[in-house]
This record gives sequence, structure tokens and C-alpha cells, in this order.
Amino acid sequence: MQVHKYDVVIVGAGGAGMRAAIESGQRARTAVLTKLYPTRSHTGAAQGGMCAALANVEEDNWEWHTFDTVKGGDYLVDQDAAEIMAKEAINAVLDLEKMGLPFNRTPEGRIDQRRFGGHTRDHGKAPVRRACYAADRTGHMILQTLYQNCVKHNVEFYNEYYVLDMLMVDEEVTVDGVTRIQKRVAGVVSYDLASGELHVFQAKSIIFATGGAGKVFKTTSNAHTLTGDGMGIAFRRGIPLEDMEFFQFHPTGLAGLGILLSEAARGEGAILRNSEGERFMERYAPTIKDLAPRDIVARSMANEVREGRGCGPNKDYVLLDLTHLEPAHIDAKLPDITEFARTYLGVEPYTEPVPVFPTAHYAMGGIPTNVKAEVLQDSDNVIPGLYAAGEVACVSVHGSNRLGTNSLLDINVFGKRAGIAAAEYSLTADFVDLPADPEAYTVELLNHVRTSDGGEKVALIRKELQDTMDANMQVFRTAESLNKVLSDIASFEERYQRITVQDKGKRFNLDLLEAVELGFLLELAKVMTVAALHREESRGGHFREDFPERDDENFMKHSMAYKVAEGANAEHTAGIRLGTKPVVFTRYEPMVRKY
Amino acid sequence: MSPIETAETAPEPASKIELPAHIGGGGEIPTFDITLRVRRYNPEVSEDFVWEDYELTMYGTDRVLDALHKIKWEHDGSLSFRRSCAHGVCGSDAMRINGRNRLACKTLLKDLDTKKPITVEAIKGLPVEKDLIVDMEPFFQSYREIMPFLINKGHEPTKERLQSAEERARFDDTTKCILCAACTSSCPVFWTDGQYFGPAAIVNAHRFIFDSRDDAGDMRLEILNDKEGVWRCRTTFNCTEACPRGIQVTQAISEVKQAILSRQV
Ligand SMILES: Cc1cc2nc3c(=O)[nH]c(=O)nc-3n(C[C@H](O)[C@H](O)[C@H](O)COP(=O)(O)OP(=O)(O)OC[C@H]3O[C@@H](n4cnc5c(N)ncnc54)[C@H](O)[C@@H]3O)c2cc1C
Ligand code: SF4
Ligand code: FES
Repeated sequence: MQVHKYDVVIVGAGGAGMRAAIESGQRARTAVLTKLYPTRSHTGAAQGGMCAALANVEEDNWEWHTFDTVKGGDYLVDQDAAEIMAKEAINAVLDLEKMGLPFNRTPEGRIDQRRFGGHTRDHGKAPVRRACYAADRTGHMILQTLYQNCVKHNVEFYNEYYVLDMLMVDEEVTVDGVTRIQKRVAGVVSYDLASGELHVFQAKSIIFATGGAGKVFKTTSNAHTLTGDGMGIAFRRGIPLEDMEFFQFHPTGLAGLGILLSEAARGEGAILRNSEGERFMERYAPTIKDLAPRDIVARSMANEVREGRGCGPNKDYVLLDLTHLEPAHIDAKLPDITEFARTYLGVEPYTEPVPVFPTAHYAMGGIPTNVKAEVLQDSDNVIPGLYAAGEVACVSVHGSNRLGTNSLLDINVFGKRAGIAAAEYSLTADFVDLPADPEAYTVELLNHVRTSDGGEKVALIRKELQDTMDANMQVFRTAESLNKVLSDIASFEERYQRITVQDKGKRFNLDLLEAVELGFLLELAKVMTVAALHREESRGGHFREDFPERDDENFMKHSMAYKVAEGANAEHTAGIRLGTKPVVFTRYEPMVRKY
Repeated sequence: MSPIETAETAPEPASKIELPAHIGGGGEIPTFDITLRVRRYNPEVSEDFVWEDYELTMYGTDRVLDALHKIKWEHDGSLSFRRSCAHGVCGSDAMRINGRNRLACKTLLKDLDTKKPITVEAIKGLPVEKDLIVDMEPFFQSYREIMPFLINKGHEPTKERLQSAEERARFDDTTKCILCAACTSSCPVFWTDGQYFGPAAIVNAHRFIFDSRDDAGDMRLEILNDKEGVWRCRTTFNCTEACPRGIQVTQAISEVKQAILSRQV
């Protein structure tokens, strides 16, 4: 085992991690640990855009943007955070332009902007052009530009280093006569994929930027590697996870694959049809039909399948019909969609409808932070020196449902904030002493995975987990379906104790790491489900058939899921205790979310 | 949030079309059998490369990546390869499939000749670490050497730098690069001379040289005028054929050559 010492360690090199690194690297000695080469991060998959009220093409301002964000999140958004994000959006975009990002341009040579769902002029009066974009590759260009600037600033990367644990110590502190436990962070433990060696990184500040956890579901737009490691590590070390019941399902994933087809398709006139050829959205949203909000369209699609009007051999998807559109129009406006449909399903969208089904897209919840990106150890207290930003974090700017283009914004605004704050903290703070045997937990974890020999296959357990999550925790949820997931997970956990990993080597042992990742997935799936079970209302991305209305009186609050220590007798479900945290209101009173 | 209406309470959809039977419900997903012949290498076990055959039953639109996953997840967990996004945007899984560089996640099995074994091996010219995994460091080293970042001399504007749509279009093609190394590792010059910058580095230099906002084009041209630079290119077009993003790699290289020449005139 080797020990490294840095002022700041950043875990993750997607948009959030690299935006943080550019700030931190110029202020303090910084290392970035990432399980993927930076440019492989899933930020690169984002297509649509990044919003900011630049008002380059029409009147707009940050206050309208704040309102849209709050309303889109069904009022579970912390309004102070949304306001900061909307204000800082403008500089976030300009920063990227100055770093070299090749945005599309207006005829005057300014950054061009286009419309995106839920972004409106003057509190919902009409759609507004707020999304800055680079063709249909905005995320790719952000990821490349940030990496280029990391190269420029000589950021130190440890590529293919998997962080598997965080080193925490509990301190007793007494403030105003009240004694409580204060968590302090000393470092992280990582596993070098190439050699199989463990490396401990001691740091004064640590930023988690490990992205999402879409792989708890079967159908997802997320990469194979988005296994929620950062959330899982934090949770195991006693940090709560906020609002984990809220996951966004995007209506149009390629059937069976989950690969995203942008909303732009329906914007351009594509129609959803069932096995009988019906334009079924006429049934659920008679006026706006296929252009209803994401959650409503997704539920309608799932309902068609559930009622037996799905298509294909297993009757498990619906169709996105573009055949009435001119091929030239499709080529001009929707090149990505046609390419994905042709490449992956062998479907020619000019003449054949494209099989689609809702796909798990975005985790609204995550590691709780305040607007300085500092991680909270409970509803009130921060952990000094520990930060989180990007999809792994919950600030909360997305509440119960994220608006399109607000995440690329989030990673830039809060990535930058985290980078600056972490560096500044490290310049004034001391190292926290590493615990004796800092790697003990990880050694034990890996040993167990490597030596356990019960013959259970990781891939099979993972598949069964994803199947039950898709069947029971997707766009329709009931107490019954959620309890089914919990009992399934209990049996998976038991089987997980008996897995066999075939690869026993040290070099590039991805077999071993997939097993470790499955451990995170199981843990997170459980947290999501328990939180969903406790939230007996429907709001944003969370829809309970047994509680179909939003219930502000009882549930206008964030959920905070804590791992219950072994043997503790606090009230809990499946080893998880659920607390709450108040929502921050500044300007806007909750209204019915109606479009 | 309103509960969704059920089919019973809502009006019948008016606009209905006839769907061909094979598109509506029913039918079966076609399956087919393949042999995937993978060139295995694990120096922890042996210094030898060995071809191993796997007989697999695959479905309709499965890709080479699906076949590799099937082997790893059901037969031999030690088979090692990189992948992440699974839809051609992250650049993790360039490999040699039937002798041609491609992304495993973008290559449909049914588009290959499934009567014969499908061969899969690591990309060439970079040191193999294990099975299909190569050491990417030399590749990224060349990339870093061409200074792949915007460099400006003047002072920073308060708002954005202006750039016309035409100026923006000038380098659009080379902004698509995902650094997968399919091009560089398909280049015969690179195979014999690992010092050669290789197509990917030149593509990324092109992206900045032709960006109207950048002031360091001359420096990059100077770097690529080196003996390991653009002049090593023998225009074999392997790179252009290999590029999964459809980038006109050879053309980008010749535009850089032109720029060097016209600068020297
Ligand atoms: C298909 C698709 C399209 C999208 N389109 C848009 C859009 O148009 N607009 C928008 O605003 N948002 C969009 N989103 C959402 C947005 O792209 C993501 O939420 C955002 O990019 C996440 O960035 P991140 O930096 O938090 O994480 P990521 O980019 O996922 O990066 C995570 C990083 O963490 C590292 N990591 C993970 N685990 C570990 C570990 N254990 N140890 C070390 N490193 C680790 C990884 O290597 C990686 O570098 C889209 C998402 C998808 C999937
Ligand atoms: S130019 Fe094409 S083939 Fe070469 S690295 Fe870039 S994307 Fe890959
Ligand atoms: S897995 Fe990302 S390009 Fe193939």
C-alpha cells in the first residue's frame, strides 16, 4: 500500500470533477482520482444543451430561470440554491466559451440559444430560448473543453483509480454547551486498476464528483460505469443521502437499450403509438398530447404496455413514429436520433416507427450539500473539508424533477464552487490524522469478494436487481410493489454474500470491481426504495398509484436516509432510518404544477 | 400533479394507423449462433497471446460488446476490456474486429459475416496490458504535446468572444473526436514508428489551428512540422475508414500540411 498526500483530492473527472479541478489546481496541490479516463465520463453523452439566461436571442433573466427551476422541481427545490445557480449560469457559460468551447453561434457571432422543455419567459407565459448548445454534442464539448483546460493547467490525474472508501473520524465537539459528534474526513482509499494495488490519499479537502447511479435500473441512459459509488461510499460512512426516491425517467429511450433519443423528436412532430397504431397520448393529455411533461408521457407509455398494447415480441415497448415527417427535415433536425435508431435497432426511421420505452435518466437525489458544496452530516451540520458536486450531490436545485439542460449547468456552477471552496479550506486547515490501518476496511471488502466461493454470479444478481427495479420502482409505484423490491433486495444481499468472482488476478481485474460495484447498487437501490415507500404522495419523478396527489402538508420536505449502525434499535426499514430536512423558500409559494 | 386518466375514462384516440404485423405485437426475436474468436493475453498467467473461441447464441440487434459481455458475465469473468457508455460516445472500446478498427458498442453482429468466426483483438501499436486492454498513455502523450487548448494573446472580453457561424463551421468536423484511438492504431506508420504523433493528435491540433479564436496556430504547426509530425502521413486513409465519428481524418491532416506550407511560403 502506498500513501499520497495532497491538499485537495477530487474523486471523479466528469464535468463536475474537472470544473472543480481547474479551480482547485490553480490554488492548491490537487489530485484527481477517476475510475475512467477523464474523457470517458458520461458527461460526454449529454446532447441537448446547458441553459443560462444570456438573453442573446430574446429577452430573458435569471429570475425567470429560477422560477422555472423551482416549478419544474415541483417546489421541492431549495430556492436559495436555484437562485444562485440561475445567476451564476451566465458566467458559467461565458467561462466555458473563454476556455474554448465551440458553441453554436447566432448570425451576429454570439452564443446561440434554443428552446427546451420547461424553460419559459416570464413565469410560464411562453417558451424561451435559454439553452446554449454545440450541435447535438453539448456534453461532449463540455467534457473535452474541461479536459483540455486541465491539460493546460497540468492537473494531476490518477486514471483508472477506483475510490472504494472514505476515511472518517468522529470527534466530540461542544458548542454552546451542547456536545455532539462531528465527523471529520482524513482521506480516501483507492484501487489502481492496472496493478491491483491499494493507494491511500490523505487530503485536507475532498470533493466527491462521481456522477449518477442509473445502473440500478435495467433500462437506462446511463453508462455501465454509473454505479453510484460516491453515494454508496458516503452512505456506508454514515453520511445521509437526500431525496433518493426521485429519479427521472425520460420517455424516449431506445427499447431494450435505454439509449436516449432527445426530446427534440417530439418537438419536431414525432408521434407515440401503441401496438394498435393509436396515438395514445390523445387519451392521457388531449390538448398537448405527445408534448406533455416527461413524467406524464413516461407514465402513459408504461400504462399502454401494462394494459397490453405494447409492441414487439414481448409487447414491452411503444413506437415513436416519424414516418410522416420529410426525410430531409429529419436529417436536418434529428441526425442523432436517426443514427442511433439505424445503428442500434436497425430501424429506418424514414419508413419504420422506432421502438421506445422510458429510460432511467437522472438521480435528483444524492449526497446532501449546502450552496457552498459542503457536505452535510445531518440536516444542520457540515463536515469540514468534505464537498460534493454534480449528479452525485443534492444541493437541491432539481427538487423532485430536473429540468432539461439544468444538469450541465449544475455541474459547472457547483463544480466551480466546490473547487474554490475546497482549495481555500485546505490552505487554512491541517491534515486530519489517518486512522490506524486506513486500508483495513477495503482490504476486507476485496478479500471477501475475491475469496467468497458460493457460486452466485454477480451479473445474474445485478440483472435480477435491475429487473425488479424496472418492474416495481419505475414510473408506477405502490406500497406493494416497493415492498416487493425490498424483499427481493434482501434475498440478493444474502446471495451477494456467496458470489464467486472468477478472475483472481491483480492486473485489470474488472471482474472484481464489478462485484464491488454491485455492492453499491444493492445499497442504493434499497435506499431509493425505502425513501419511495415513506413518501406517501406523488411529486415530480415519484409517482405513487396509491397516493396519486401531491401532499404539501405532510411531504413538502426533503428526505434524509441514514444507514443504521449494526445493532442500533432506532426505528428503521431495512437498516435505513429516514429523517427530513426543510425545503428553503425565498420567493415562490407552491402552486399546482401545470403546463 | 394529476393522476393519469385510465383508458376507460378517456376518449378513444382518433388518429390511428394500421401497423404491419411484424411491428405490432407478437413474433419472436431472431436468434443466431456465432463464434467469437478473441485474442487473449494475460502476462500474470503467460507471456503468450492465444486465440480462444467462444460459441454464443445472440439476439437480433446485439453488438460485439454484447457478445463480449456475454462471455464475461456467463462464461469467463477474466476476459478484460474497457467500455462505459455503450453507444459510441465515450471512446473506451476501440478494438480490432475482423481485422478492422471499430468500437465494439457500435458494431452490430448481424452486419458481420456470422458464418465465419468473428475475430476480436486489441488495437495495434500500443502495448497490450491484458486481453483487449492497451496502455493508452503514449496516445494521450501525443495528444498533450500539440497543446490541445485554446490559447489567446489579447485581453479577455467581458462577454463571449465573437465567432461567425462560418468560422465555427470551419473546424466543426474535428470537434467530434472522442479520443478512441481507432485512427492512430490503424495507421501503418504508427505501427512501425510509435514516435509519430498519429492522426488523432493531428485531428485535435486541427480543431485549434482552424479556430478563429485561437492565437497559437503557428506554434502547433511548428510542432507538427517536426520529423515525427504530419509529413510521416502517407495518406493510406486507414484512419478515415476507422473513425467511428465519421471525421474526415485524412482531409484534416492534409489541411494541416497545407497550412504549414502556406505559412512557409
Ligand atoms: C444521455 C444523456 C443525456 C443528457 N443530456 C443532458 C443535457 O442535454 N443537458 C443537461 O443539462 N444534462 C444532461 N444530462 C445529464 C448530465 O449529462 C449529467 O447529469 C452530468 O453530466 C453528470 O456529470 P458529473 O460530472 O456529475 O458525472 P459524470 O460525468 O458521470 O462523471 C463521473 C466521474 O466519476 C468517476 N467515478 C465514478 N465512480 C468513481 C470511483 N468509485 N472512483 C473514482 N472515480 C469514480 C468517473 O470516472 C467519472 O469521471 C444527460 C445525461 C445523459 C445520460
Ligand atoms: S479522430 Fe476519430 S478515430 Fe481518431 S481518435 Fe478521434 S474519434 Fe477516434
Ligand atoms: S463503450 Fe463508449 S464508445 Fe463504446
